[in-house]
Amino acid sequence: MSTGEKYLAAAYLVLFAAVLLYVVLIALKLARIERELAELARIAKERAGG
Amino acid sequence: MSGYLTDVAALARKDLVVELRSRDTVPAMLLFVVGALVVFHFALSEDSSRLAAAGMLWIALLFTALLALVRAFVAERDEAVIDGLLLAPCDRSAIWLGKTLSVFAFLALAEAVALPAFALFYDPVSWELIAGVALANVGIAAVGTLLGAMAAAARARELLLPLLFMPLAIPIVVGGVGATLAEDPSRYLGFLALYDAIFAILSWASFEYVVTE
Amino acid sequence: MSTSLRNNGAFVFSLAAAVLLTTGLGLALLWAPEDADQGPSQRIFYIHVPVALTAYLCFGWAAWKAFRLLWKRDERADLESYTAVHMGVIFGLLTLITGSIWAKISWGVWWTWSERQLVLFLILFLFYSAYFMLRYSTEPGPRRARSSAVYALFGAVLLPVSFLAIRLAEQLLHPAPLFNRDGPQMSASMFITFCVCLAAMVTLAAALYLIELTGKRADASLRELREHLA
Repeated sequence: MSTGEKYLAAAYLVLFAAVLLYVVLIALKLARIERELAELARIAKERAGG
Repeated sequence: MSGYLTDVAALARKDLVVELRSRDTVPAMLLFVVGALVVFHFALSEDSSRLAAAGMLWIALLFTALLALVRAFVAERDEAVIDGLLLAPCDRSAIWLGKTLSVFAFLALAEAVALPAFALFYDPVSWELIAGVALANVGIAAVGTLLGAMAAAARARELLLPLLFMPLAIPIVVGGVGATLAEDPSRYLGFLALYDAIFAILSWASFEYVVTE
Repeated sequence: MSTSLRNNGAFVFSLAAAVLLTTGLGLALLWAPEDADQGPSQRIFYIHVPVALTAYLCFGWAAWKAFRLLWKRDERADLESYTAVHMGVIFGLLTLITGSIWAKISWGVWWTWSERQLVLFLILFLFYSAYFMLRYSTEPGPRRARSSAVYALFGAVLLPVSFLAIRLAEQLLHPAPLFNRDGPQMSASMFITFCVCLAAMVTLAAALYLIELTGKRADASLRELREHLA
């Protein structure tokens, strides 16, 4: 693999890594929203019950 | 129309009178800009060119302007003057224009000391440089006043204002340094005038959105 | 109803982005002819330039939404403008990274001030990072929405002004005509590959924009719900 090809691969990998990183961030956000939603659902249930 | 101009004049006079009584901003600016020019002598190597000196002058002017801009809305926020101004029966953009004029006056005062000091320490001051500084002042005051009002609502406004302002000041530095050094300064002066016109109109039109709750 | 439509938008764009991106990258790596001067590394062009154009598009979209907020008092436009800036900064950062790699290949350095588009993106990156600082350090509310919108609008004006400034600065420092990367005209297959890659990046940005927007809206609704329940 020539140097040029290596840099080319690096550029494409950067793009790939960015998209994957974004997936990770969205997954973290989704987990947080789920957690908060569960907590709010619990509070709402307590209100309705008590 | 004459009512609008009367409002603007009254607002600008208010800032100048406050500054005349408290002397908070302008002496600090004068001291800062002269201090910066002295520091630059030690930062530049002995044989550094006039290119470098001119660039340093523009950096000093920019940071001095930031001092004035950070101070510009202190009274408005701390003593809730802005609430009174917003209730006053004048156009909101008149507040912007009045403040811009007073900031322009402060900058001009600081430069009235900075340019002779620059001529004394480094290089003679050309007419092109003076024209460039005057045009740059208009842009700095216009954009800076708007951003100052924006930052006044934030928690860390002294930190925020330079961050907001610096990217917008890059074209001013390009125009100013070009006007100082280029063989044909007219295009750089023209660029500064273009910048002033565009951003003054934009700031004038959008100031109301930034100050009202 | 509107929520399901929005999610469908994200679904459609994600699917289109997946297809176009695979096709585009395949064309760029396997089908497009090798550049006679620059060899294989010229193929960075097919991601660097589409990513840069997509970033411009995001900033333009942010300014348009900011304009809607100020002019039509459309309150939803605040989050839309914010999300568009968010996407623009991500794609702008990618432009800086891929551009830096290209500079390394072409001139042997990781950064060069003579490449206008890179310098412009650096300025824009600084500018829009300050946008985030503005948002984070101001209390949420209509005033923050309007301040952010005004700043986003300034960005759209700063873009051409900075471009002009960079050209003027170049002429001051290097009066000679500069090396022009456009070089020879693209062949038809190169142009087709470029168009597919551009479409892929734009749909990718649109998909990410819609997903991010859904997330930010969910966040806002959650906060509202919490205030009601507390």
